[in-house]
Parts: sequence; C-alpha cells; structure tokens
Amino acid sequence: MSGTVHPELLLRLDGVATGYGESLTLRDVTFDAPAGSQIAVLGPNGGGKTTLFRAILGELPTRVGTITRNAEVAIVPQTERSRLDFPVSALDVVLMGTIAGRPWWRPASRADRDAARDALRSVGLEDRAEIAFGALSGGQRQRVLVARALVRRARVLLLDEPYTGLDTASAKRLDGLFNELAASGHTLLIATHDVAQCQPWDAVLCLNGRQIAYGPPSETLTPEVLEATYGGGLLRLDGAGDGLAVIADHHHGHSH
Amino acid sequence: MLDAVTVASVADALVDPWRSGIMQRAALEVLLLGIAGGLLGCWVVWGGLSFSAEALPHAMFPGLVGAALLGMPLVLGGAVGLIVAALLIAAASRIQTLDRDTAISVVFTSLFGLGVLLALSPDTPAGVSELLFGDILGLTSGDLIVAAVLTVVVVAALVVLHPRLLAVTFDREAARVLGVRLGSTDTLLIVLIAITTLICVQALGNLFVAAVLVAPAAVARLWGRRVVPSMLLAVAVAVLSGIAGLYLSFHANVATGASIAGVTVIVYLLAVAAARVRDRVRRPKCVVEGEA
Repeated sequence: MSGTVHPELLLRLDGVATGYGESLTLRDVTFDAPAGSQIAVLGPNGGGKTTLFRAILGELPTRVGTITRNAEVAIVPQTERSRLDFPVSALDVVLMGTIAGRPWWRPASRADRDAARDALRSVGLEDRAEIAFGALSGGQRQRVLVARALVRRARVLLLDEPYTGLDTASAKRLDGLFNELAASGHTLLIATHDVAQCQPWDAVLCLNGRQIAYGPPSETLTPEVLEATYGGGLLRLDGAGDGLAVIADHHHGHSH
Repeated sequence: MLDAVTVASVADALVDPWRSGIMQRAALEVLLLGIAGGLLGCWVVWGGLSFSAEALPHAMFPGLVGAALLGMPLVLGGAVGLIVAALLIAAASRIQTLDRDTAISVVFTSLFGLGVLLALSPDTPAGVSELLFGDILGLTSGDLIVAAVLTVVVVAALVVLHPRLLAVTFDREAARVLGVRLGSTDTLLIVLIAITTLICVQALGNLFVAAVLVAPAAVARLWGRRVVPSMLLAVAVAVLSGIAGLYLSFHANVATGASIAGVTVIVYLLAVAAARVRDRVRRPKCVVEGEA
C-alpha cells in the first residue's frame, strides 16, 4: 500500500496484475474510485470481474502494482448462491455481517442487532426483518445482502451481477437504492452484462483479461471498446440507442 | 364403572414402566439423546451431512471393539475411534480429487472392516453385539453422568458456533469472506457429531444412531419455519419418539434400541405424509417481483 491519495478517494488500483496460482488472469488495471461513485464493471465470463473483486478484497495477491483501500470493502454476492430452503430470517442474514467484528465465542449483542435493523431500514426492509430469506422476492433478497455489507460499515461495495433474475420493476428499485447509497458517500462497483444499464453511472471499467478501458460511459460504451471487451460475444441492436444494448454471451441478465 | 376400569388400566400402562429404576434411567438417557441429537441433527440435515452421521458410528466400531478387547471403558474406546475417524475424514476431505462423500466412504468402510477383523479375534469377549444394537436398559448412573456432561458440551458448543453455522449453511463461500474459518468450523461440527454419536451409541447401538440423529431433524426441516424453532421441534420429536419407543419396548417386549429407532422413523414417515397433504391443501405461494 503506498501513494498519496485524495481524502475522498476510497479505492485506487495502480497497474494491478493478479491471478490464481502462477498465472496472471488479469493485468494492467488502473483506476480511481472516489466516494459516491457508481462504477460498472463490464466484461465477458472469464474476463476478470470476479478476479478483480477478489483482488480488491485481498483474497488474491497483487502480483504487480498496488491496491489502496481507504475504506472497508465488502462484496455483495449473487442471491442465487444462497440456500433459499434454509429457514433463516432476513435479520439473521444481516447479522452474519457482524461475525468478523466480535470474538468467536461471543454471540450477537443488542448493539449488533440494532445495527442490523438499521441496515435493513436503510435498504427499505425494516418490516421484513423476521421474514424468511427464501420467502422474499429476488429484489428484496438482493437488498438484504446489501444490508449485510452495510452492517460491516463498508463504504466500498462490490456487487456481483445484482440484477440477475430481477424483473424491470425490481431492477429499478435496486437502481434507486444504489443511487441513495452513492449519494450517502458509498462507492459501488457493479459487475453487470447490461450495457444499457451502465449509461447513467459515473464510470465504466471494461475488462477482458486486462483493462480495456476506464472512463465515463460516453467514452467507454463505444462500439470499438465493447467489441474489444466482448469480441464475438457482442449482440448489436441497431434500433437501441447508440446501437449496442445487450451483451449476448451470458445466460443471465434481464432484458429491457 | 367400565370407563373407570379402562382409565385405570390405561393409567397403569402409562405409569408402570417408570416404576423401575432401569426405565427411569432409560428415560433420562432418551432426554439427553433427544437434546443433543435433535439440536445437532438439524445442522447435519441442513448441511447435507446425513451420510457422515451414518458413517461415523460405523467408523468408531474398531475403537469400541478395541476397548472391549483391552478391558477399557467403551466410552473411551469409542471416543478414540471417533476422533481418529473424524480426523481421517477431515484429512481425506482436503484431497482435492476426492469429494467429501467419497472421502467418508473410504474412511468408514476401512475402519469398519478393521473393527470386524478385531471382532473376529479369538480374544474378543462376549457382548460385542451390544455395540451394534445398544443396551439402553443396561445403563448405569455413571453412564448417565457421562452422557449428561457430553450433552452439555454439545449444547454449549452449538450455542457458540451458532452464528458461524448459520453463515456457512446459508452461503459457504460468502461465509468465508465474512470472516468464518471454514476448516475449523467443519472440523468442529464433525467432532460434535462424533461426540453425539458417542452419547447415542451406548444406548442405541452402532446401527441405530443415524435414525435418531437424522429423522427428527428431517421432520423439523419439513415443518420448521425458523432455525431455532426447528431445532426445538427436532428435540421434541426425538424425545417424544424415544419415550414412545420405550413404551413400545416395555409393553411389547421387543428390543429397546430398535423400538426407539423404529418409532422415530415412523414419526418421520407420518410427517412426510402430513407435509404432502399440507402442500396440496395450500395454494402455491406467489412471490411478486416489484415488491413492497
């Protein structure tokens, strides 16, 4: 960790290369993530989105370059990975975010439970605290997982394809939550396959084994950059906006 | 008058078994088994560890036979056998080319085979069959004290481990990121299964442990709507099935361990049937996206 950073800069990657074992699966990643920004992470499957998140979390070694974290970082996984048949409540799930903050032998305290309820309130689910996680809708489940990250006081949230499986209404509600979080000073890195969804966000990071581009959507969501990012996996929709709306190489995602 | 006679005979049938100290100790053992087995069994079922619960009693067999051969307390032999088995399973599970069930299969069949070899030794004393089928009516007060201490250990450990077990069962990969040490949590859970097996095996025998450990928890999985209430339901099912098994054994004069295991399994089958009726009666719950 080195380098002088702006106080409002929550995350900086400078020439980062990382990977599994001996191989470098992601190279040349350089970007700044200021507080309050929403950054899309675009790329094909195997392009390095998960590798990037694991490197930022510190799970993978930084082989080249530096990662500077000026705030707590937390990942918000896809809800599909969770056990929906496990009779755990929304509050229980959020409380899982408090485990690392207390000794192994100590149960959740009243303060932990209050913090978990506050986190649920911040995502608009205070009235769903006792509902089984599996009985919630897909959008609600995603918001519970965001609350679990917030209860850790994380200001940098790494969101792994949060729109997967959501209908348009739920996706819009999630958009609203992300806007609120950004407005309150959180930085969001959002892995997605939906190019159109990235348009209003502050920046787009394009990955395909290396950093292809980083910058505002107007500069990065161009046919040249997207084709370099996705190669043959790009589906061109001539009637939609700038002509590139949906990435076709992924089986998830919701359509517009 | 006839009604009074009937009531009196029913009351006698209900009270008679508990006049003897043997049955009173058996009932206390059932209570301890129900608490430890019911609570831990839920994590076994939720965690997909039913096969482990079946395998561990078999894997401890050489320890039990070894203790019988050496004239040592069975609890001690069983403990050594279980610890060896648990550590071998944990080690084998770390071999990347082996999935967990394969690792367990390799370990428990090897150890059970070793136990059979020991059991066939000319020096093996009579009574090895009790290791397979249990002898809940032969428990001493000392056995009960040991079972009570082990039950307290299991319950205390489950209380401490509860948040971590919740996280691991909910999403194993996310639990690791949240700060849960998966290796130590897995190992502790297997050790707890081993201890609970140890409590059960003296009473119910090697062959019936899994029924008591898994069936009540399976009922709770069908009917429980929250984690802690599910665990309490499993305890209730285990204890009540055990008491019913003792009644059956007393009045029908059949093997006690088999009676308890049989009643528990019957309760599970009834719970499955009732759950199917429930699911047919209830309309499918419709989850609406674009929620409140």
